[in-house]
Amino acid sequence: MTTSPGITLKGQHRIGGRVLFDADLLIPGGQWTCLLGRSGVGKSTILRLILGLETGGLFSGSFAATDGMPLAGRISYMAQSDLLLPWLSVLDNVCIGARLRGENPHFGRARDLLNRVGLSDHTDQKPATLSGGMRQRAALARTLFEDRPILFLDEPFSALDAGTRADMQELASDVLQDRTVLLVTHDPAEAARLAHQIIVMSAQATQNWPVPETVALREINAPETLACQAKLLAYLRGIAA
Amino acid sequence: MRFRDILMTLLIGLGLWQALVIITDAPHFILPSPWRVAQAAYKSRVIIAENTWVTAIEVVLGLLIGTLLGVATAIQLAMSKTAERVILPILVFTQAVPVFALAPLLTLWFGYGMGSKIVMAVLIIYFPVTSAFHDGLTRIDSGYRDLSISMGALRWNFMRYIQIPQALPSLGTGLRLAAVYAPIGAVIGEWVGASKGLGYLMLLANGRAKIDLMFASLIVLACLTVFLHIAIGVLATGLNRYAQGATN
Repeated sequence: MTTSPGITLKGQHRIGGRVLFDADLLIPGGQWTCLLGRSGVGKSTILRLILGLETGGLFSGSFAATDGMPLAGRISYMAQSDLLLPWLSVLDNVCIGARLRGENPHFGRARDLLNRVGLSDHTDQKPATLSGGMRQRAALARTLFEDRPILFLDEPFSALDAGTRADMQELASDVLQDRTVLLVTHDPAEAARLAHQIIVMSAQATQNWPVPETVALREINAPETLACQAKLLAYLRGIAA
Repeated sequence: MRFRDILMTLLIGLGLWQALVIITDAPHFILPSPWRVAQAAYKSRVIIAENTWVTAIEVVLGLLIGTLLGVATAIQLAMSKTAERVILPILVFTQAVPVFALAPLLTLWFGYGMGSKIVMAVLIIYFPVTSAFHDGLTRIDSGYRDLSISMGALRWNFMRYIQIPQALPSLGTGLRLAAVYAPIGAVIGEWVGASKGLGYLMLLANGRAKIDLMFASLIVLACLTVFLHIAIGVLATGLNRYAQGATN
């Protein structure tokens, strides 16, 4: 794969005249950027804005890829809800993007990806028969099937139990190496583990947060990770008031 | 168990009917006893069967055509905001016209044969099917829409692979309504002008004071409707299970 581009964004987003956020971001290429902030501060809105989805507001400013090429068609998206289609098998769900674009799905590649996320024994099952963690792994395989250099992850692990979440973080970190990842999360521990860069969003501004000097993916119980996590949590609680 | 329940209901119904006949002491040309009706049904079994066949065909064809038209309209409306804005109010407005009042006109236009009855059944079920399916097509989880946009989906493929399958339970709901309405449409059509069908047979029997035959036709019509209701119920349940990805 060619090097994944970064993204810059600068501008103000208003909803009904009220400023939702005023941001100035650089999301470096080929790295994990974690976007943190309290609920309702506009984290998901940033993803939706760049993806070209409905945001219910007006953005004045600009965003672009650092390589100067258009962003359209180069970002794939994974949400908190797995959005698997209940009537399709896991395999068909992974290939849904190709179907939606009117292309012939490459089933072999889909099987390889399912194998990679540990679902090779469940390709023909319907999503309803899978556990929450398995469903989210299927959603990850579907995201990988799109094979795009940039990934937007909107709290994809937040509905999972703690153990499954830790497994998913490791899996995602492994399979998404060298891609540009923007991860929206509520969880300071997740950010401290995964991030090459942490951006904290508050109502008025965005600021870069120091990350531990160790390399991501960090051990959950490493002192640096825990320290970073604790500071982040304290800060997030502070800006609430 | 289920069968025993049905049998019990049937026996209670027949018992009440017989009790009514005994209590009121009504003459048999006003309220015939169940036994008389059964005899009449057996005696006239050929003519009842022939006319049931005609009504059944009208109802089934009406259902098929009405459903196809309803499904096509709902998809068209869900594909285009303009169509939705222009056509939906018109459709709602047409519901202010009682379809029964159109029956004489339909008979004039489509003749005394099956045609006018099929059109009647189509008209009466078209709106419930369209409305229920359209509702299902447009009431879609916005997450699917977002995902599809990010995947670069073609508009029609989004309809085909996501909107239609997830709206199938709503279509089932519309079909359940249609199964109740379609026989009404066909029989009204037959009342207004026909030479065949259960509605025609009821009028004929009434005119000749063969009230037992009229009752027999009525009961057969009710059975036809119940059968249709059950068949469509099975289909609707199947659609539900498909959309939910149920496996056994």
